[in-house]
Amino acid sequence: MSEAPPRESHARSWRGLGGGFVAKLLLMMLVNAAGIAAILSAHAAQAWVILGVLVAGLVVADWIYFSKRAVPLKYLFPGLVFLAVFQMFTLLYTGYVAFTNYGTGHLGSMQQAVDAALIQDERPVEDSPQYPLSVVRDGDLLGFAITDDADTVQVGTAEDPLAEVDGATIGDNGSPSAVPGWEVVPRAELFTDTDLQQRVVELRVPISDDAEDGSLRTREGSTGGVYTSRLVWDPAEQTITNTETGVVYSPSDRGSFVSPDGDRLAAGWYVSVGFDNFVRAFTDATYAGPLLKVTGWTFAFAILTVLTSFGLGLLFALIYNDQRVRGRKVLRTLFILPYAFPAFMSALLWRGMLNSEFGVINEWFFLGSDIGWLSDPWLAKIAILWVNLWLSYPYWFLVTTGALQALPADVMEAARVDGAGRWRQFRSITLPMLLVSTAPLAIASFAFNFNNFTIIYMLTGGGPAFSGSSTPMGSTDILISAIYQISGVSGGRADYGLASALSIVVFIVIGVISALAFRRTRKLEEM
Amino acid sequence: MRRNLAVGVAAVATMALLAACGGGGGDTPAAESTGSGGADGSGAELVIWSDAERAEAIKNAAADFEADTGATVTIVQKNFEDLRADFLSQVPTGEGPDITVGAHDWLGEFVESGVVDTLDLGSRAADFEPVTLDAFTYDGQLYALPYAQESVALIQNVDLVGDTAPTTWDEMIQMATDAGFGDRPFILYTNGAEGDMYTSYAFQTSFGAPVFVQDDDGSYTSEVGMAGDAGLAYAQWIHDNGAAGTGYFTDTVDYDIGNELFSTGQSPFIVQGPWTIPTYQDAGIDVAVNPIPSAGGETAAPFVGVQGFYLSAQSQNALLANEFLANYVATDDAQQALYDADPRIPALTAVAEQEADDPIIAGFIASAQNGVPMPNIPEMGSVWEFWNAAQIALIKGDDPQTTWTGAVSSIESAIGG
Repeated sequence: MSEAPPRESHARSWRGLGGGFVAKLLLMMLVNAAGIAAILSAHAAQAWVILGVLVAGLVVADWIYFSKRAVPLKYLFPGLVFLAVFQMFTLLYTGYVAFTNYGTGHLGSMQQAVDAALIQDERPVEDSPQYPLSVVRDGDLLGFAITDDADTVQVGTAEDPLAEVDGATIGDNGSPSAVPGWEVVPRAELFTDTDLQQRVVELRVPISDDAEDGSLRTREGSTGGVYTSRLVWDPAEQTITNTETGVVYSPSDRGSFVSPDGDRLAAGWYVSVGFDNFVRAFTDATYAGPLLKVTGWTFAFAILTVLTSFGLGLLFALIYNDQRVRGRKVLRTLFILPYAFPAFMSALLWRGMLNSEFGVINEWFFLGSDIGWLSDPWLAKIAILWVNLWLSYPYWFLVTTGALQALPADVMEAARVDGAGRWRQFRSITLPMLLVSTAPLAIASFAFNFNNFTIIYMLTGGGPAFSGSSTPMGSTDILISAIYQISGVSGGRADYGLASALSIVVFIVIGVISALAFRRTRKLEEM
Repeated sequence: MRRNLAVGVAAVATMALLAACGGGGGDTPAAESTGSGGADGSGAELVIWSDAERAEAIKNAAADFEADTGATVTIVQKNFEDLRADFLSQVPTGEGPDITVGAHDWLGEFVESGVVDTLDLGSRAADFEPVTLDAFTYDGQLYALPYAQESVALIQNVDLVGDTAPTTWDEMIQMATDAGFGDRPFILYTNGAEGDMYTSYAFQTSFGAPVFVQDDDGSYTSEVGMAGDAGLAYAQWIHDNGAAGTGYFTDTVDYDIGNELFSTGQSPFIVQGPWTIPTYQDAGIDVAVNPIPSAGGETAAPFVGVQGFYLSAQSQNALLANEFLANYVATDDAQQALYDADPRIPALTAVAEQEADDPIIAGFIASAQNGVPMPNIPEMGSVWEFWNAAQIALIKGDDPQTTWTGAVSSIESAIGG
C-alpha cells in the first residue's frame, strides 16, 4: 500500500464547513452515550466484570478516535469489538461450560440448591386448616396474628410460639385488624416494600413449644398454614441434616448433597469436572459408538455435498456458458430458484414429497411403490444428500459461471492452437484455473455443511434412530444435530457440559481441516 | 409437548442452542432485573412469562391486581416451546421471571434443577379437577396452579359412520369396514417416520402397559411399566396392524396428512386433540368426539397434559406472586377469561362444567376423565426417542419381541445413566 502524502483527515480538524469533524463528533457522542448507559445498567445489575470490560472498551474507543497515533486501529477497532463480543466471548464461555457439569439438576449455585432442598422439604401438616392472618410488628420485630377456629386471636414471632392475646379485634375479612401491643402492618405497605415481603415470606412462627408440631407460615400475607420440615442447613459445616432420621448430607465433588449411604438430594449445583466431558465423549460406551458413526456420516455428508453440488453446478455452468444455448439469461435465472428459497421451507417440502405413501416422488417416479425414503437408514442418507444437492448446486452454478467468464480467452486460444481437445482443455486449463478462485469457497462450503443443522433437523430429524442404542441419535444425525439432542434444549435430560465439549471438538476439527485445505489452495495458485 | 413443532422452529432452536451455550449474554446487563431495591418504597415489579394466547387474559387479571396493590406487572411473551429451556437457564442467574406459564411434564426437571417454588391452594384445591392437581404434584408437593388440561380423543366422521361411539377397537374397525373403509379404517398419527407414542398412548394403556408404574397416591415412579407380557402384547398388536399385518398403520401420516385424510373423508376415525377440530369443521365435516375405544380389554387411558402457572424459587416477590396467583388467577372469572382466550378444557371444575354443554368439549372431557397425567418425572424425557422409534420399527414389520425388549432396555439404561 502506498501512503497518500501526509494530509489531515476531514475527521481530525475543522476545515471548510467542518462536516467530517462534526460527523465524527456526533458518532462518538452516540457511542459514548450508549457506552455510559450500558455501564450504568451494569452497575445497577452489579455485574462487575461486564462493567470493567465496558469501561475499558469505551476508554480505548475514545483514545483511538481522538488520538493521532492510532490510524490503523480506527479501521480495525469496530471489527475487533464484534470479534470479541460475538466470537471470542461465545467461544470462551462454551469452553468454560465444557469443563463443568452444567445441565439438568446442576444449573445454579450451591446456595440455590440449598434453597431448593429446603423448599421441597417443607410440607403442610396434613389436614391443617388455613387461618386468616395479619402481619404484625413491634418496632423491628415481625410476627403473625391469626384468628383461630374459636375466633380468638393468637400472636407469635420467630422466637415466641403462638399465644392467645386479649382485646384484639377481628376485621371484616376474618383476620385480626387490631392487636394490643402490636401494629398491624397494612396490606398496602406489605405490597410495596420488597424487603418487608421477603422477611414475611421467610418468617416461621412455631405453633407450640414443641418444634415437631410445625410452624406457621404465610405465602401471600393474608392466610397462614402449618408446615413442618425435616431438613436443616448448617452453613458452618456446609451440610444438610435430616432431623427425623439423623442422616447428614454433605456436598460431593459432583455438585450434589450426598448421604454416607449414597442417597442424593434432588437439586444440585454446577461444579468444574475437569476433562470428564471430553473423556466421556470418547470412552463412554453409550456415547462413543454412536458418536463415531455420527462423525463418519458427518464427514461423508459434508464432503459428498460439496463434491456433488460443485460437480453438478460446474456441469450446468459449462453447458449454459456456451454461446449456442438460446435464452441463457432466462434459464440461468431459473437455475437459481432453489437457492432463493429458504432452506428449511425446501426441506419441509421435500419431506412431504419423499413421504413413502403419499409423496409424489414414489407416485410419479417409482410407480406408486412404498419406498421408505425417510425411514430406511441408507435411503434416508441418500435423500439428505439429494435434497442438499438440489439446494446447493445453484450456488456453484452461479460461482463457476462467473469464474468461467473471467478465464482469459488467450490461454484457451493458445491451447486450441496447440491441438488440445475439449477434455484436455478442461482438465489442464479450465479446471485448475477455476479451482484457484473456487477452492476457498469449497472449503467454506465444507465447513458450512459440516454444521448444516437445518437440513438434517427439517428433513429427517436425525432419524431413523439407531436400533438398540441407548443414546437418542439416528442414522442421519450429523455432529451438530447430535449435540443438539444431547444438550436437551429440545426436551429430555440436558447435559450442556457434554454438548459444549463436543462443540469444541467440532470447532477444532473444522479449524484444522480448513487450515490444511487453505494451505493446499495456496499451492494451486502457484501452479 | 412433542407435537405442534411449528414451522421455522429450526432457526429459533439454533438460536436457543447458541443462547444456551453462550449463557446470559455479556452485553445486555439491563434485561429485566426482577424488582430490586425496595428501600425506595416504590412499587415492586412482577414479571410473568407467557405464550401469546394467554398474554391478554393474564393482562386483564393483572389490571385489577395492579390497581389493588400498586405493583406493576410485566408480561413477557415467548414461544410456548421456549419457556421450559429459558426458565431452566434464566432462573438460576436471577434474570428469570417471578411466574411462568408452563406444561406439567416439565415439573420433574424444574424440581431437580431447583427452579420452582411450592404452592398451597388451601381449601380452593377442592374446586379443581383432581387430575390437574395430580399432574402438578411431585413427591407429594404441589408446584403450580393449573388452569387447563387437554387430551386426545376419538374423533369420528358422523356422515360416514354415524355418531355411535365404538367401545372396542374391533367394534370401531367393524363400523369403518361396514361403511366401506376396509383399507384405512382408522388414521394413526405417527409424525411421519419419526413415530408418535403420545397420541396413541391410550391403546397401550388398554393393554395394561403404562410407560411408568404409578404408586398408590398416583405419583409416577421411575420403574418402567411397559416391559413384560402386557407390553409385548401391545407391541404384537402394533405389529399385527402394520405392514406385516392388516396394514392399517403406516409410518407416513404426519400432522397435515392425517388431518387431510380425515377432512377429505378418506377415513372415518382418528385420534387427535381438540386443536384439530377447527380444521375438520372448516372442511365441512360433522364430527363426534368420544373416549378412545379399548384395544386390549382394559380402559384406554390417554395422556392428560395440564398447563399451569409455575412460581420461581428465586423470586424476590414471592408474596406478591402468591397473592396474584391465589386471589387473581385462581378465580372463576380469570379462569373463564383464560378459557375464552384459548379454549382448552378448564382445570376449574365449575368452569369446565359450564363449557360441557358443547358436545365436542364434553367428548374431550369424557376422554380426559379416563386419562392419566403424562409422567412429570425427568426420566420421561429419556423415553420418547426410543419409544417412538420402536413404534415405527413395529409398523414396518420388525419382530415385536426383539424390538420391544430392545426399546425397553434402551430406556432403562438411558434412565440409569
